[in-house]
Amino acid sequence: MIKIKQIHKSYVTGQNSLHVLKGIDLEIGAGEMISIMGASGSGKSTLLNILGILDDYDSGEYLLNGLFINKLSERKSAHLRNQMIGFVFQSFNLVSFKNAMENVALPLYYQNVPRKKRNLIAMEYLERMGLQEWAHHLPNELSGGQKQRVAIARALIGKPKVILADEPTGALDSKTSLEVMDILQEINSTGITVIIVTHEHDIAMRTKKTIRITDGNITEIVVN
Amino acid sequence: MFEIDKWQEIYSTVRKNKLRTFLTGFSVAWGIFMLIILLGSGAGLENGVKEQFKGGATNGVWISSGITSIQYKGLKIGRPIKFTNEDYKSIKTTVSGPDRISARLFLGNNLISYKNEYGSFFLSPCHPDYGFIKEVSMIQGRFLNNIDITEFRKVAVIGEKVKTALFKGTDTVAMGKYIKINGVLFKVVGIFRDFSRNDDEQKRVYIPISTAQRVFQGENVINQISFTTGDASSAEADLMIQKSRALLSKLHTFDVDDNRAVNIWNKNEEVRKFQALFAGIRMFIWIIGIGTIVAGVVGVSNIMMIVVKERTKEIGIRKSLGATPWSIVALIMQEAIIITSFAGYIGLVLGVGLLELISKKVPASEFFRNPEADFSIAVMATVLLVFAGAIAGFFPAMRAAKVKPVEALRDE
Repeated sequence: MIKIKQIHKSYVTGQNSLHVLKGIDLEIGAGEMISIMGASGSGKSTLLNILGILDDYDSGEYLLNGLFINKLSERKSAHLRNQMIGFVFQSFNLVSFKNAMENVALPLYYQNVPRKKRNLIAMEYLERMGLQEWAHHLPNELSGGQKQRVAIARALIGKPKVILADEPTGALDSKTSLEVMDILQEINSTGITVIIVTHEHDIAMRTKKTIRITDGNITEIVVN
Repeated sequence: MFEIDKWQEIYSTVRKNKLRTFLTGFSVAWGIFMLIILLGSGAGLENGVKEQFKGGATNGVWISSGITSIQYKGLKIGRPIKFTNEDYKSIKTTVSGPDRISARLFLGNNLISYKNEYGSFFLSPCHPDYGFIKEVSMIQGRFLNNIDITEFRKVAVIGEKVKTALFKGTDTVAMGKYIKINGVLFKVVGIFRDFSRNDDEQKRVYIPISTAQRVFQGENVINQISFTTGDASSAEADLMIQKSRALLSKLHTFDVDDNRAVNIWNKNEEVRKFQALFAGIRMFIWIIGIGTIVAGVVGVSNIMMIVVKERTKEIGIRKSLGATPWSIVALIMQEAIIITSFAGYIGLVLGVGLLELISKKVPASEFFRNPEADFSIAVMATVLLVFAGAIAGFFPAMRAAKVKPVEALRDE
């Protein structure tokens, strides 16, 4: 599903250049559930952004589902994100003026699914998350766990091949964290590849494989 | 680009961001509203004053006889000047330029009756050309003609109000009837309407000057000579007046510079004064109007830039969910265009509505009537503001759409 070879990435700010990723090699098969761990600044989020085509890389090779991803046009990468990838963020990133249902339906808007149909599908996904009663609430009327479940529903609605979760439990208490992890595991059991960036050990333990990144290099791969 | 879904998306965004929508729209609506009020007031002022000039050709010149105020060739001050038919003829034959020319006799108000109805009306003996000089419009029959003059016909052309005052009840047809003016019978040959604001000018009776001199006066005295200057420029018109004055001063032996021996009223001069005044007012209005529009443009641009900044995160989210850069630009631009067009339209309607209300409720005065705005200018100003809003939104939207989603999502 995902194959990366010798990925390098630097951030240039003025005179300074920060070498974040120093040659990452990684292969993730379809249906895997892995976690990426590392200290802050280790490059784990950068790696996730590159995997999610949210960011470019400087050199190396990235194959997503057999497709070579490098310096794609914005149009093409937007299309790929829409078709292949579902994002779950630490800060949820829901559109504040749209209610839960509309937030979930948003990816389908960019697939040109008619409004009525996409709202219907969104309701289905909210139901799966146990949130049908909250469908018409705005994000600021929801609890953190509910928001994250809305975000997961939104990530799933486009039928992605890969779910990329950047600290999905970072803003949640331990109980809701467990619930969210249950959901992510359940998603993985339907065959969707799930990649979670986290710095919490017990979250990482719930995945099948943990990749540890230190200073822009993969230092350890542990099968849990 | 114009699918209904996109409009629904824009509508829902607009509906849920009322303050932002209001702020964007307000500067446009306000700008257009002010512009319309401004243009309307200017037009109202101009219409009010123009109304003053109605009822009489704008190129008319009226020369009345007066009393000398300067000693001249041993003749004392205070000598009355009396015009005669000869003066009318010499101006007509020697001064080149006048288009229409008429002498007038002032007989004041006279008792005029028809059967048992009577009233006191202003009797105005004149030549046929006076109809053109005074710009009376005939609603029935004709004005005086040359045969009336040469044959001393006893015919009268009466004002609309004279007709309604004398011809009442079952006997409402005035044409061809005989009315009695100071005991003398005159046949009604025409009924006129005068567009002058002065009500008295509707209550006039025009009769041939030759007949009046013979019947009521017994001499060849006239009180006023008036003419129109045709297509002459103002300098040429001034020359005509100067020549007439010189001619009259020679014929009646008074100083050419004696302004009270003859009173000359050049309507064109008055019109020119007001035209200069209104050119000034119009320029003033344009300067303020353009200022208002510029303020609107700046306001819209400002808000659009803030809007894009405010939506950076939303743009990042949309991009991560598969929005193309163009769809982002289109979303922001279409929203801006819709809001500004709609707001411009509201400003237009409110402005025109207020003007309508003013022209209905506020009675037309000497200086203000019928405020009206040039609609095409208002529409153009709206289009300009919409365009400015779109341009102002375009560049920040372009920039925001180009930003990598990861950067857009980062801030918080």
